[in-house]
Amino acid sequence: MHYRKDRGFDHGVASEITPRGVYEGRRDLLKLIAAGGGMALGPWALRDAMAQTARPGKLAALPGTRSAIAGGVTMEKVTSYTDITSYNNYYEFGTDKAEPAQNAGSLKTRPWTVAVEGEVKKPKVYDIDELLKLSAMEERIYRMRCVEGWSMVIPWVGYSLAELIKRVEPTGNAKFVEFTTLADSKQMPALSSNVLAWPYVEGLRMDEAMNPLALLSFGLYGEVLPNQNGAPLRLAVPWKYGFKSGKSIVKIRFTDKQPATSWNLAAAREYGFYSNVNPKVDHPRWSQATERRIGEGGVFAKKRPTLMFNGYEPQVGQLYAGMDLQKYF
Amino acid sequence: MAAVLSPSAPKPAAARSKALWLHPAAKPLLFVVCLLPFAWLLYGAFADALGANPAEALIRSTGDWTLRFLCITLAVTPLRVITSQPALLRFRRMLGLFAFFYVVLHFLAYSWLDMGFDLEAITRDIPKRPFALVGFLAFLLMIPLAATSFNRAIKALGAKRWQTLHKLVYGIVLLGLLHFFWMKAAKNNFAEVAVYAVVIAVLLGWRLVRRIRSGPAR
Repeated sequence: MHYRKDRGFDHGVASEITPRGVYEGRRDLLKLIAAGGGMALGPWALRDAMAQTARPGKLAALPGTRSAIAGGVTMEKVTSYTDITSYNNYYEFGTDKAEPAQNAGSLKTRPWTVAVEGEVKKPKVYDIDELLKLSAMEERIYRMRCVEGWSMVIPWVGYSLAELIKRVEPTGNAKFVEFTTLADSKQMPALSSNVLAWPYVEGLRMDEAMNPLALLSFGLYGEVLPNQNGAPLRLAVPWKYGFKSGKSIVKIRFTDKQPATSWNLAAAREYGFYSNVNPKVDHPRWSQATERRIGEGGVFAKKRPTLMFNGYEPQVGQLYAGMDLQKYF
Repeated sequence: MAAVLSPSAPKPAAARSKALWLHPAAKPLLFVVCLLPFAWLLYGAFADALGANPAEALIRSTGDWTLRFLCITLAVTPLRVITSQPALLRFRRMLGLFAFFYVVLHFLAYSWLDMGFDLEAITRDIPKRPFALVGFLAFLLMIPLAATSFNRAIKALGAKRWQTLHKLVYGIVLLGLLHFFWMKAAKNNFAEVAVYAVVIAVLLGWRLVRRIRSGPAR
C-alpha cells in the first residue's frame, strides 16, 4: 500500500465524510414535519426523531434521551441486539467470541463500586447506583470498529465521561486517565489463561477523556448492559479501536504518566497506546483499510472502507493536530 | 445363541477390523464423511447459521479443516504400522486430497470474502504479511502433491521420485502450523495452536524415531 508522505495531521478525503449539516438536517426536517401537527405523518415522524431504539425486553430498562452532541447519533442501520450481545471480545470470559455470552452469567454487577483516584482534588469511591444518577442518560448511537477488522453500530446509553471527570476536579498534574477493569477469578472463568496480564487496563489522554464523545456507558438498546458487553459500566470511545473501551470498570485513576495498557504491554508493535481508527496504518498482520460490518448483507457482502477516526474526524481530529499518526498509532 | 458364545477361539480383533477396512463401502463412506464439514459450512452460509461474522467463520473453518486433514493424512502411516493394518494405506490418498480440497476452499474464501477477488490487492496483501505468506507457500507446495496423486503420475515419476516429492508434506504441515500460530499470536491466544503442535510433534516424532531405529538403510 502506498502512503502519502506524512504532513502532520492528515485530513481524510472530504467526500467520504458525511457533512454534519446533512444528517442533522434530516432530523430537523423530521422535527419540522412533527411540529406541523395536522399532518398525517406527524406522529410517526416525531417518534422517529425523538424516540429511543426499541427495547428487546431482555433486561432492566435504562431509558436515555437521544443525544444532541455532534456525532452522538449516527443514522446508520443499528446492528441487531443478538449480534451485539453474542459476538464479543471479553477475554476474561473466554477468547472465543461466543464464549462471553455463554460464560458471563457468573459476573455479579451488584454491589459494585468504582474508585476514582490519583491526581484529583476530590477522590471518591462511587457506588454504581450513584453513578447511574450522576448525570442525565443519553442514547448515543456509535459506530464501533474492532481492531480485528469488523464493525457494528451500537445504541449505547450513558453520559459523557467528562461529567464524572468534572466532579472529581483533576489537578494540573492529571495528564492521563487509567481505567482498570474487574479481574476476579471467582467470577471470570478464563482469568486462568495467560493471554493477557490481568487486570485489563486501558487509558486515555486527558483531552481525549474530556471529549464529549468519550462515553461512560451503562446500557445498550434502552436496557442495562448485558454482562458480556461490560456490565455494569464500561467506556465507549468511538474513534478508537474497540479494545480501548474497557469493560466492567472498577477503578479510574488520573496520572501524570501514560498508563501501561494491556494490549500495548502484550504486543507494542501491534497495539499502540492511541489506537485511533486509521485506515492508513495497518495492523502488522492485516489491513485496516476496510472493515466488515456485522449483519450487513450476509456472507458475501463487500467490505466497506474504514474511515479516519472511524468517521469522527470532525469531532476529534483537532486532538491530534500536528501528531505523526504513523508513529503514534 | 449358545453356539455363538461357545468357548471356541474368538476371532482376533485385527482380523475383524480388517474385514471392516476392506469392505467395498468403506471408501465411499469415508468420502462422504470427509465432505461433512464442507456440507455444514455450505448449509451454514446459506441458512445464516455461522454466527455474527459468517465470512470470518468460513475463512477460519476451512483453514482449520485443512490442518486437521493434513494431520489425519499424516496419521495413516503410524496407525497402519502400529495396528499392523496395511490396508489403511488405501485411504491415504483420498485424505490428502481432502486436505487439498479444504486449502483451496480456504484460499478461495480469503480471496473472495476478505479481498473481494481483487487480484491486485491480494498480490499486495500476501507478501506484506509473514503469516499470510507462510500460509500461501504451504498452499503452493500442496499443488504439486495433488497434481501427482493419480496412478499414472506415480508411474511416470517412478515410485522413488514420487515418494521424495511427497515428503514435502512434512514441510507443508509445519508451514501450516506456523501460519496458524502467527495468526493466533496477534491475540496472544495459543491454546488451540498448542493442541495442533502436540499432534504434529507426535506424528513427525514417531517418524523420526522410526528412522533412527531402522538405521540408514531406509
